[in-house]
Amino acid sequence: MSRAGNFGSPSRLLAAYAILYLAFLYIPVLFLPLFSFNDALHTTFPLKGFTTKWYEQMFYDEKMHQALWNSLKVGAVTSVVATTLGIFGAKAVTRFRLPGQKPIISVIMLPLVIPVIIMGVALLILFSRMGVPLTLFTVTLGHILICVPFAMATLMARFEGFDRSMEEAAADLGDNAWHTFWRVTFPLVFPGVLASLLLCFTISFDEFIMAFFLAGTEQTLPIFIYGQLRFPQKLPSVLALGACILVVSFFVVFFSQWLQRRGGGKPTTGAGI
Amino acid sequence: MPMSDSAALASTQPDQRPTFGERLRRFYSRSDAMRGYTLLSPTLLVMVTMLCIPFGIMVLMSFWTQSGFDISTSFSLDNYASVAEKPIFQALLIRSLIISGFCAVATVLISYPMAYYVAFHVHRRKLLWIILMTLPFWTSYLLRVFAWKVILGFNGVLNTGLISLGIIDQPLEFLIYSPTAVVITLAHAWAAFAILPIYVSLEKIDRSLLEAAADLGDGPVRSFFRVTLPLSLPGVIAAMLLIFIPTVGDYVTPALVGGPDGLMMANLIQAMFGKMNNWPLGSALAVSMMIIVTLIALAYVWVTRKLVGRIA
Repeated sequence: MSRAGNFGSPSRLLAAYAILYLAFLYIPVLFLPLFSFNDALHTTFPLKGFTTKWYEQMFYDEKMHQALWNSLKVGAVTSVVATTLGIFGAKAVTRFRLPGQKPIISVIMLPLVIPVIIMGVALLILFSRMGVPLTLFTVTLGHILICVPFAMATLMARFEGFDRSMEEAAADLGDNAWHTFWRVTFPLVFPGVLASLLLCFTISFDEFIMAFFLAGTEQTLPIFIYGQLRFPQKLPSVLALGACILVVSFFVVFFSQWLQRRGGGKPTTGAGI
Repeated sequence: MPMSDSAALASTQPDQRPTFGERLRRFYSRSDAMRGYTLLSPTLLVMVTMLCIPFGIMVLMSFWTQSGFDISTSFSLDNYASVAEKPIFQALLIRSLIISGFCAVATVLISYPMAYYVAFHVHRRKLLWIILMTLPFWTSYLLRVFAWKVILGFNGVLNTGLISLGIIDQPLEFLIYSPTAVVITLAHAWAAFAILPIYVSLEKIDRSLLEAAADLGDGPVRSFFRVTLPLSLPGVIAAMLLIFIPTVGDYVTPALVGGPDGLMMANLIQAMFGKMNNWPLGSALAVSMMIIVTLIALAYVWVTRKLVGRIA
């Protein structure tokens, strides 16, 4: 890259661009926490003054607490089920040479490229024709459908990443398949499992469209927020709630990505990481 | 370990003729593929059931008709006839395709230099950069779209900020509730889907090819257009598709920042399942949208394969 001297420094230009790009990604989101501390009903400049009253209001909002609790339940069940299914799938496709493996993986990854609204209405039709009432259970089913591809991708990277001879050694030393899994495979893929759990939980916790169609009368948190957006006087407390969700999501996802990509996991995004 | 003990005991009695069950088990444990399929079956079963059955019923329902509050289950092509005939449906579909197309191109264009920078110019802390670039993608989609409403709104950050700085004295009305607002918001929301595939394809490029190009007298610009760009095309092509397909069916962004001129197909589908209460027509719209998007995606893949084949 040293030959680039004759038209400025492309490396510097690119670095400046990278900073701008990150600003484009992050600054819009940062306005939510900023205005959540602003002592005004509207999100306008100049700022009016510092307040924490919007956060205090949150503590007394019973409907919000119920929605939060619902989202936590759905997220927990979704992440455990999706990750379990992901472990089966990832182990199968990374350990065995299966005829037709590529199309099978494509089928499992299909929800990544189908608009969520289509999956949402299709499940809605199915549940209503079968007479299944819309509850948190139906939301959870929908979220599992969305999360399995992510769990599978996260875990495949991890299963591919570690040395297979460890498992073979355990098997040679007389461990049966079940013991090998618990004593060798599981500890090695544990960071991947944890990353997948966290990721699926966050996706489910933040998911709106599927929940919008499948939730019935029990609200999850994103549906609660969407409902609040209609009332201008509720805007600041939505901002406060949103800021809390964003901060928690950022930490959880950062941790999950760090677990996933650090050390053992096969670098899904290229060499040298 | 009681289980392995009993297994060891069983294998010390070789004179016993293996039973059918035993032989089956041996065949099974020797056949890698069978074991693999068994392990895979729960996941595959769940996914196939949850994809195929709902889709099957949706396709079936698209041939039914709504009459008042009841659904008549006799076969009819009425819904597809009205999808094909009524101009509003075509207009919305074309608008959705155009908005998503713009969004895919814009997102790839703005993300390419970023991916290029991290792939070729970042040498330490690459992991941190990758996490930073993809982090917002995993956080609440609804809140990210809402953030753009806060920024672009009539009384939003941009308008009031520019007014208090004295640059404008009237709020700019075109910022929000327009197709442009939808494109900007979607480009922001789906940036990670562009960054990652492009970055992966750039990272895969053999660096010695670039050195070879430099040794043979190519400047950085020439070697970029003759080596780097063609070799990164698979990532670019994948990124376009990964953004185009889901955004055609996006519902939240047009509902929050689109306004009447920015409404898309998914908003109409949602209305059919909500206020307008015509599920069969909604199904027909959803199925039509899926078919058209799939056809476009296939055509796109076919054309780009040909083009890449000619370049390489």
